[in-house]
Amino acid sequence: MTAAIEVRDLVKTYGDTRAVDGLSFSVEEGEVFAILGPNGAGKSTTVEILEGHRPRTGGDVTVLGVDPGSAGSGFRDRLGIVLQSAGIDRELTVREVLEYYRTAYSRPRDVNELIELVELGEKADDRVGTLSGGQQRRVDLALGLVGDPDLIFLDEPTTGFDPAARRRSWDLIRNLTSLGRTIVLTTHYLDEAETLADRVAVLAGGRIVAEGTPSALRESLGEGTRISFELPAVDEPLNALLDPLRGTSRGRDRRIEITTDAPTADLAHITAWATSRGIELAGLQVTSTELEDVYLDLVGEDA
Amino acid sequence: MRRNVRLLVHQVRAQNRFFWRVPVGAFFTLILPILMLVLFVALFGNDLDFDGPAGASVSAAQFYTPALAVFAVGSATYTNIAINLSTRREDGILRRVRGTPLPPWIYMAGAILSSVWIALVSAAIMVTLGVIAYDVNIELAKVPAMIVTFAVGSATFATLGVALAGVARSASSASALANATILPMAFISNIFIDLGADPPRWLRVTADVLPLKYFGVAFSEAMNPWSDAPAFVPDRLGVMALWLVVGALIARWRFRWDPIPGSTGCSARRGRRSAS
Ligand SMILES: Nc1ncnc2c1ncn2[C@@H]1O[C@H](COP(=O)(O)OP(=O)(O)O)[C@@H](O)[C@H]1O
Ligand SMILES: [Mg+2]
Repeated sequence: MTAAIEVRDLVKTYGDTRAVDGLSFSVEEGEVFAILGPNGAGKSTTVEILEGHRPRTGGDVTVLGVDPGSAGSGFRDRLGIVLQSAGIDRELTVREVLEYYRTAYSRPRDVNELIELVELGEKADDRVGTLSGGQQRRVDLALGLVGDPDLIFLDEPTTGFDPAARRRSWDLIRNLTSLGRTIVLTTHYLDEAETLADRVAVLAGGRIVAEGTPSALRESLGEGTRISFELPAVDEPLNALLDPLRGTSRGRDRRIEITTDAPTADLAHITAWATSRGIELAGLQVTSTELEDVYLDLVGEDA
Repeated sequence: MRRNVRLLVHQVRAQNRFFWRVPVGAFFTLILPILMLVLFVALFGNDLDFDGPAGASVSAAQFYTPALAVFAVGSATYTNIAINLSTRREDGILRRVRGTPLPPWIYMAGAILSSVWIALVSAAIMVTLGVIAYDVNIELAKVPAMIVTFAVGSATFATLGVALAGVARSASSASALANATILPMAFISNIFIDLGADPPRWLRVTADVLPLKYFGVAFSEAMNPWSDAPAFVPDRLGVMALWLVVGALIARWRFRWDPIPGSTGCSARRGRRSAS
């Protein structure tokens, strides 16, 4: 396999903000690569640099064998771009909009086929401006596919969708992957990355904090146990309770949460600490962590 | 080459279709100047009390037909392009276009040529109306000069429209700026009112450095039966061409395809996305 995308030490700053802070990754041809991260992580900045929409501050980027910063229309002819937000000519109908954009491509797809693909058959002759947000997003997707691209960028394709609509979009995207297209997808939904991607990079604060196949991520990060209880009402500092723990602890919503690989030892320590002081730990829970929790820990977000 | 021509033709057609799809815009561009002609002639009667070029007196219709034809060309090109491009930039449509293989210059040329086409239609309607309804004279010998003037003038105002879209940060400020420039310019350039033999010096000087007056003069010369002056005066075309160059330089320097952060974007316009 050859690499469709090769990124080394990519940096992008806006004034003092380091939106992208030294990214390196590569995407193979035919692969579905997800960039997963919370709002402001730098996902859009990264994909828009790869698309040639934004200049970069530093680093090397090769997409389909060329530098997107200086590539011409031959490069864009092979690209399908679905931006996080970009307007559509509202005064045209769905069919007209697809016909308008397809002429620029050397391998334009059939308009009727595309309309079927994104399930807009009934709306084909309605003006784009009259469609709902979700329907407009499907026009966006159809426009991303109108040039029969080798490489498709989808920036948060399902954000704001209800669960049923999200599932339909997932089916559609899976369809594309079965045609051997390379797809780069950004999302802040863990389940979306897990369902669709061959490989996931978790992005936070402009850096990749974890990378791998969904199952590898689950294995390396996901197994763990969470012990939690309400903040005990004691007059002493909690160092004697927390410092000896093997896992990591943090306070959240007046509860203490401990994520650990050694639940037996840590639990023994906690209960010993409490019984020696004659305290009953209110709301004590021991649960196994979900990938979701690990992800939230990684990106440093409170759910 | 042939591919570019095909793409350009396609762009011009599409841009024309956009124009007709927004009836309010089409009204302002095409109907408003015609309405003004009808109104002015009704108000001022059709007696010979307007100063034509070369000191001759002309009727209100003879004065206003070429003047408002030029004004119609100005709004079809300058105002129209400034508003269109800045609205499409704000909506993120220009950004989308930039992500396709369409060469940006073809998109731009398509927008300019389509507005020139609309300008031609509106000028032709105006002149035809004047000739048929108000007995306005047209000098056939000067028509070729009129066409050349139209070509230079519409290209100049179209280019200035692109420049204005480059300077304006949002669609609403582009629209305000377009009106705030072309309307005063029309007032001091013998378009809306006859300034007579000696307007205040500063007004005359201002009008002399701006392009609209020359456009108007060249048009009224071409329709004036009493003037021997040629409609084709290289100096006048020269001033307009100079503004064309200035406009092109500003457009090159300032025009951006991406939405400008802080201006109201498409997300606000399109509302929250929800699935259906
Ligand atoms: N055009 C811009 N100018 C200044 N700062 C920006 C710009 N675009 C993004 N940023 C900042 O860069 C960071 C990353 O943004 P973005 O790439 O949009 O993240 P994401 O897509 O993951 O939500 C944020 O802090 C954002 O405020
Ligand atoms: Mg984003």
